[in-house]
This record gives sequence, structure tokens and C-alpha cells, in this order.
Amino acid sequence: MVRLNVFLLLAVVFCGLGAVTSQHKARKLFQALEVELERARQLEVEFGQLQLELSTWGSAPRIEKIAREKLKMRSPESEKIIPGTATGARTP
Amino acid sequence: MMNFKGNPAHKFAESPLLQLSLPPWRSRLMALLILGSFSLLIGRAFYLQIVNNDFLQEKGESRYRRNIEISASRGRIADRHGDVLAISTPMKSIWAIPSATSLTPDQSRQLAALLETDVKQLTHKLETDKSFVFLRRQIPPLVADQVAALKLPGIGQNKEYRRFYPTGEMTAHVVGFTGVDDKGLEGVELAFHEQLLGQPGGRSVIKDRRGQIVEDVGSIKTPQDGKDIRLALDSKIQYLAYSQLKQAITDNNAKAGGIIVLDARSGEILALANWPTYNPNNREKLSGAQLRNRAVTDTFEPGSTLKPFTIALALDNAKVRFDTIINCAPGRLTIGSATISDAHPHGALTVAEVIQKSSNVGAAKIAAMLPAQKMWEMFDDVGFGQVPRLGFPGEVSGRLRPWKRWRPIEQATMSYGHGISVSLIQLARAYSVFARDGDLVPLSLTRADSSMPQGARVFSAKTAREVRTMLEMAVLPGGTAPKAQIPGYRVAGKTGTAYKLEHGRYASKYVSSFVGFAPASEPRLIVAVMIDEPSAGKHYGGDVAAPVFASVMGSSLRTLGIAPDIPLVVAQSPQSPQSPKTLAAKAKL
Repeated sequence: MVRLNVFLLLAVVFCGLGAVTSQHKARKLFQALEVELERARQLEVEFGQLQLELSTWGSAPRIEKIAREKLKMRSPESEKIIPGTATGARTP
Repeated sequence: MMNFKGNPAHKFAESPLLQLSLPPWRSRLMALLILGSFSLLIGRAFYLQIVNNDFLQEKGESRYRRNIEISASRGRIADRHGDVLAISTPMKSIWAIPSATSLTPDQSRQLAALLETDVKQLTHKLETDKSFVFLRRQIPPLVADQVAALKLPGIGQNKEYRRFYPTGEMTAHVVGFTGVDDKGLEGVELAFHEQLLGQPGGRSVIKDRRGQIVEDVGSIKTPQDGKDIRLALDSKIQYLAYSQLKQAITDNNAKAGGIIVLDARSGEILALANWPTYNPNNREKLSGAQLRNRAVTDTFEPGSTLKPFTIALALDNAKVRFDTIINCAPGRLTIGSATISDAHPHGALTVAEVIQKSSNVGAAKIAAMLPAQKMWEMFDDVGFGQVPRLGFPGEVSGRLRPWKRWRPIEQATMSYGHGISVSLIQLARAYSVFARDGDLVPLSLTRADSSMPQGARVFSAKTAREVRTMLEMAVLPGGTAPKAQIPGYRVAGKTGTAYKLEHGRYASKYVSSFVGFAPASEPRLIVAVMIDEPSAGKHYGGDVAAPVFASVMGSSLRTLGIAPDIPLVVAQSPQSPQSPKTLAAKAKL
């Protein structure tokens, strides 16, 4: 009788400690998840900002300005344009 | 059991003398009092646990439970290749509660430097009676972090989204912009507002003393980010169109202008630009003229660009053949009290030459063979007088009077594009009947998924091909628009030079236009150009609008990699030997 009671008491204490530990672990993991989710959101925002930057740096007016002013490029006169059919080009 | 009889001490204690003789009501009273107290306790517990439960639970929860809103961002707008045209990115706004703020001069200086204002302005803002003021809205998150690092009392920040338009004024009229609270006000931002808009979500959580989220309680409402919109627009073609239009308007000292590039096969709008325009990122000084999306909201009398429709109708109804002779001499025609005249008098012209030389008299004579109702139905079929329904704000239908009230002179003038008004987008779309085999393509602002739409048939394929050949003649030497030629490609198109109506009378101000398509052997692109009030000496469509058409069409065709349909002329390039492919192309022709 006494041995059973002692055994049950120990079992209860053990289970209690187990519950506390797993709750603690769950919270730790939950926080880690929160941190990662926040990071994912940050990366999403950064991706948007980089896309914006890409579009800004790669905008056609800027490219033309650099091509004309820095690289001294110009479009050829219409007489100098010789149309050719490139391999792989879509044929009409 | 114990035996009391064997113990004398007990006997003594049981002596009747020592028996307490209390009145029985006292014990009953005590019992009642205790019972009463217990019922009070139970009552109180009932009150707290059951009657007042909700209030207390709420109070308890408010100590640790927080409701967090999860913001959703507005969808992006991208061109057909995925290049971003509009995007929302989070910014921070810095606010202050003036009564709780007390800054040392040093702190004020630091804060003012970060917010890019001067100290005077900052202290002025903080000296108000208001309980809440924004110090600066929408600053980059990095700067906001620096402000937070100062740890100033009474100063906080919150997150706000700001919309950016990296392509700026180039695509301003198509993309439009949003106002406060992410509400679409113009262009695609308005037309697709419902789809772009996101639905914010929310969750309630338990936070610990350090402010960290410990647990989710209740259900999480996931935020719905706005949908991304993929437009049919091609940034590169858009830029070509925009820059060429701008150049032409500067060169011709014109008031305004518009240009549209359509894909003749899918009906997609590849480019749509207007001048004057505005920068959607900075809308402080904005005038109505800049905001107007002229290609869609402004109508004009198109002039000669409508002649091909009259001719096509006559061809379709077998009233004339392409080689029927029309006598256009002496370059004048009197109907009732009005006289129609040609800019340059012509003699006898074939129907094809009426288009090529753009004879008003010829067009009017052909129109006279047609019943008014038929003409009205044809104009209606190609979309004139109807709202295009693209979703742009302020789309107009143009003016097409009911045929029953047409006077003979009206029918004559309408044959060459006066007495009727259209928008540039209607005109560009209407030309798809010639670029395709007689059917009118539905337009699309968004990228179409491979399926080729079937249009509504207006003319027979034979008629469309015949008119296409006539339109090619207009661009060749002897036509009105040799400046619309593009090396390597066969081009078909028509010029238009119309007087502007001012207060019901024609003023000596012009609208020059050109609508055309290429390659003429199998049309892929339609380009429509309109230039309002060119005033640098030239005003004919062939001189003002046609060069814009040629440069935009030429570079667009090359950008899209569409193969040329005119074989190489060997004399032009002595170095390059003729390729077998070119020879094959020549043989086909």
C-alpha cells in the first residue's frame, strides 16, 4: 500500500516537472519561430526595397543618359541600319 | 471503545453539577450565523465567478494579452516582363506627445538633424496645445531606428506604407497613383483598386514582462496581401514611345500629345504615353493638364485617318473596286452651301489613290454612294461613340451623332474625319480591323495569357487586305507620309491633319496624327500618334506625327525581335554578303 502511494507520488511529481519543462521548451521554440517569422517579414520588405532600387537604377531614362553622356553612344542613322534575320528570332 | 465506568475521574467530570446548562437557542444561533457567513461567501464567489466573470477575465487578460494587427501591403504593379512600376514599402512616421516631451537643447539638435528640419521648427511643433503631433511622416526605417536609439521621452513612431513609382513620369498616366490610406486615385491604381488592396489580419497573443510573445491565444486572422498586377505594358517600348513623343512635341513647339502602341494579335496595350505628364512620386504642384490621360479622356476630330473606314465600307458593299476611277477635279466639291476642298487639288484618282493622296473630295464622293445608316453602323462597329471600358477614370465615348439626323454635308465631312470625334485609343483600336483580317480586337491593359482573342468581324478579310495595300501606298513615295517608312519593314498607315474646333468654329490650329501598323505582310504592332497644335512651321500629319511613328515602330519591332519583311538591299551594304535566308525571303515576295 505504502509502496504504491510513494510510487504514485513520484509519478505525479515527475509528470508535473515534465509538464513544466515541455511548456518552457514550447515557449522557447515559439519565440524562435517568432524571430524567424519577423526575419522573413524583414526579408520580404528588403526584397521589395531591392526591387524598387533595381527598377530605379535600371530605368530606361537613366540608361539612356549614361549611354549618351558617359559612354558617348548614339543611335545609328536610319541609312546605317541593316536589318538581318538572327537565328532564333521569331519569324512573323 | 473505552470504558468510562472503570475511571473515577470521568465520573467526576460527568457530575450533573458541572453540566453546562446553556439555553439551546445559543448553539442554534451560532450555527445560523456560520451558515449565513458561508452563504455570503458563496454568494460573493457566485458573483465574481459567474455574474461578473467577463469583466474580470477581461481585466486579467489585459494584463498579459495583446491584440496585434498584422498589416498587409498593397499589391505591386509590374510591366509584362516583371519590372516593377509601383511598389509599397514600409516607412516610419515620428510622432510626439508634446506634454510628455522634454528635450534638452542637445537632444533637440540631434532630433532635428535626423528629421532634416531645424531646431526652431521642431520646438515650435512641440509647443502646441495638441495632445498629439506628427513630427515627420514617412521617413526611411534606418533613420527611424536612429531616432528610436535616442530614447527620447514622449516621442514614438509607427509604421506606414509608402507607394513608390520607379518609372516616374514615363508611366504616370497608365499606372496612376494612390492618395492617403492607399486609395487608388488615378490610372491602374484606381481601375484595379479592389484587387490591389490587401486585407490586414490580426492575432491575439500573450506577452511576457520583456514584451516577447509567449503564446498565441484565440484564432489568427491571416493578412491577405494585395494581388500583384501584371500589365501588358512593355517598359522598353513605353520609354521609346514616351521619349520620342516628348522630343516631337518639343521640336514642333506643340501643346500636347499622345501615343499608343498596341499588339495587333492580342489587343494588349504595350505602351500608352501622354505629354504633358507628371512625376507621381512628387505631386505637390500638379495641374489638371498634367493629370489628363489624353489618349483616353480627350477626343479630337481625327481627320483623314478615318478615310480608310469609309473606303473599306464602300469596298465591302461592292460600291467601288480598288481601281474604280473617282473624279476629284477641280479639288472642290459643293454640297448645299458648304464646299469641301483638297489641300492639293487632284484630277481623276483611283480609289486606292484617294487614300494614298488623301483626297477629301474623293472620300466625300465615295461616302455619297453609301446609306447613312450603313456608315453609322460601321463607325459604331469599330468602336467610335462607345466608351472603351478599360477601367481608366474619365474614359470618353467621343461624338457620333445618330444617323437619322445627319445632314448630307455631315455624311460627306465624316467620311474624312470631321464632324465626328474620337479618342486616340479608339482610333488605334479601330485600326486593328485593317491590321487583322477585318475583325476588331478587344483591348487589354493586363498581360494576356497566350490565348489570342477573337475579335468582332467588321469587314471581310478581302476588304481588309485591300485597304492594307492602299495604306502601304500612302507611306511609299507619292503618298502623304513617306517619313513613316522604316528600313527593313513594310509599313502601312494613314496621316491625319485636322483643324481644331474652338467655340464651334474651326480655328487655324491643327491636330496632327498618324496611325499605322507593321510589318505590313503580317501586322504585329499598331502605333497611333497624336500631336496637338504643332506650331513650329509644320503641321501636316506626314511631317509631324509620321516621323514619331517611324522611330517608335522601328525600335519596337527591333526590340521585340520581329523579323524584317523587306529583304536586304545589297547596294546599301557592300561588306555584308547576302545570306541565303534573305534570298529565300526575296523569292517569297
